[in-house]
Amino acid sequence: MTGAQPAIRLTGLTKSFGSVNAVDGVDLDIVAGEFFSMLGPSGSGKTTVLRLIAGFEQPTSGTISLLGQDVTDRAPFDRDVNTVFQDYALFPHMSVLDNVAYGLRVRGVAKRARQEQARQALDTVRLGGFADRKPSQLSGGQRQRVALARATVVQPKVLLLDEPLGALDLKLREQMQVELKELQRNLGITFIFVTHDQQEALTLSDRIAVFNEGRIEQLGTPAEIYERPSSPFVAAFVGTSNIFDDDISRALLGRNGTHSVRPEKISVTTENLPLNADRTAAGVLAEVIYVGSSTQLIVDLDVGTRVVVLEQNDAHRVATNGRGARVTVGWNSSDIVTLAEPALSSHP
Amino acid sequence: MTVDASAPPRRAVVPQPRGTIARQGSVFLSRHSRLRLSLLLSAPLFWLGLVYIAALAALLITALWTVDSFTGQISQTWTVDNIVAVLTGSLYQTVTLRTVGVALLVTIIDIVIALPIAFYMAKVASPRAQRLLVIAILMPLWASYLVKAYAWRSVLSQGGIFEWMMSPFGGHSPGYGLPATIITLSYLWLPYVILPIYAGLERVPDSLLEASADLGGGTWSTLRLVVLPMIWPAIIAGSIFSFSLSLGDYITVNIVGGANQMLGNLVYTNVGAANNLPLAAAIALIPILIIFAYLAAVRRTGALNNL
Repeated sequence: MTGAQPAIRLTGLTKSFGSVNAVDGVDLDIVAGEFFSMLGPSGSGKTTVLRLIAGFEQPTSGTISLLGQDVTDRAPFDRDVNTVFQDYALFPHMSVLDNVAYGLRVRGVAKRARQEQARQALDTVRLGGFADRKPSQLSGGQRQRVALARATVVQPKVLLLDEPLGALDLKLREQMQVELKELQRNLGITFIFVTHDQQEALTLSDRIAVFNEGRIEQLGTPAEIYERPSSPFVAAFVGTSNIFDDDISRALLGRNGTHSVRPEKISVTTENLPLNADRTAAGVLAEVIYVGSSTQLIVDLDVGTRVVVLEQNDAHRVATNGRGARVTVGWNSSDIVTLAEPALSSHP
Repeated sequence: MTVDASAPPRRAVVPQPRGTIARQGSVFLSRHSRLRLSLLLSAPLFWLGLVYIAALAALLITALWTVDSFTGQISQTWTVDNIVAVLTGSLYQTVTLRTVGVALLVTIIDIVIALPIAFYMAKVASPRAQRLLVIAILMPLWASYLVKAYAWRSVLSQGGIFEWMMSPFGGHSPGYGLPATIITLSYLWLPYVILPIYAGLERVPDSLLEASADLGGGTWSTLRLVVLPMIWPAIIAGSIFSFSLSLGDYITVNIVGGANQMLGNLVYTNVGAANNLPLAAAIALIPILIIFAYLAAVRRTGALNNL
């Protein structure tokens, strides 16, 4: 990697539990100052990577560098990274202020100074008035912000966040996403964010690593991950995809290999109306699902596959005939993503 | 692939619950919460009142009576002589101090031994080893108290196992006396101290230990600032066991204590050989007062709030 020192560099990182490789040879550079997300289903190894970076687990093999320094063998308290835990892990016997001041206390900062800094940190997460409460007297979102203040008050180089929004309800989660993004921008430190929520990862991140079975399946910006998934796994895990296998691809697209197209890239019309698309296919409308801002249409194509179509609920919707109607779906070739080349590569 | 909606799925018939008398009773009770509460509490409260409070009151009343020195009969004339004698007699003061000292030492020794064992059980051992250790800790409780006390008598005897093990290092058996009493009592009450501390440590989530390390806390800081404050109530609970059990013990000190007496022995001899039940009752009030004082002191630390 050229340019600036990466905040975190993982080389050949492997962690085995018994015969299972939870993390299987991960190489990764995380740029200083970026909001980096590790996305994957549960058991994909993303949390283990986070715990390896924090130092709670020792890798079976491979190295971890923090700003060019090898920290693989260092204890957690000897690394310049801090963690926001999934369950927040606030100390229940301490006040909010003492919780936030804890990192400074164990570093030997005098009482007055550390309380001053902790109060400032609480102010930045808008909890200035809650300093004397116990964690049990706070709501989930407030505890979340205390955990953030506690982890950032010691000014780590890298902040690790382990599904920090997982326990919050949807409304609060969306609000916290905005706050997290702002906090990261203001502090300017590297955030490494673990989540299984693809929407969250797409919304927050500068770059995303999609994990599957202990390996990085794809690494890229949210747009790259969403628009150009590199494998059937990524296409299916991040958002909804219509995935066409070899046979269907030949019938529909006239190409070999596995391909996908996003539901919102497909348009639908009743058979006699023209479509703004360079490829079309005929089928029967199987299901119409109203989802607020848009309508999801499920179409059984005559070639023997089913596609999901997402239509915005604006004035000129066409496919309102209901279930059982004959329809034509269409898309542009440029919206087709090749997920896997056929075994004998033969580009059309 | 459309769903055929013409034939609704056949549903199994779920019978309505039958109105039995038991069911009607449940319905009645669920509507009358006060009646429910009083039915639930009356039996245990009756038991507590009769067995516990009444027994304590009887003890206090007995201590205020006296014994006719000619007939040996209890005469129910009110006097505070017994209480005054117990409070001012140098014998009772000495024995009280000795008993409290022994109980405190036993408690401290037990806590010091129990902490690392409980920590290993709760945070280090595999789940399987954890179960085995719990069984191992509970196992001695299956053996009779007397057997264990006599076992220590033989261990600590002249030429016993203790001396045999210590002789290569130039040590020798402490013989029968207060050290032997403290060793034996510490052994006897250790499970009662380990188990609450173990349970307390179990309730400390691992993520808190990780959070402390993550924020820069070393092992010592984590123990002092996170673990100890959180298991303080459990330590107190364990100490109440070892302290109060030691305070009332008189058999162990008889078996391994040589000529030493503790408060229990004084009560015992006054009930039996001396046939002075009122004086025995007055002596028995001492450990009760000490335990009350201990609990009050513990309460002030706030440790009981989180039990």
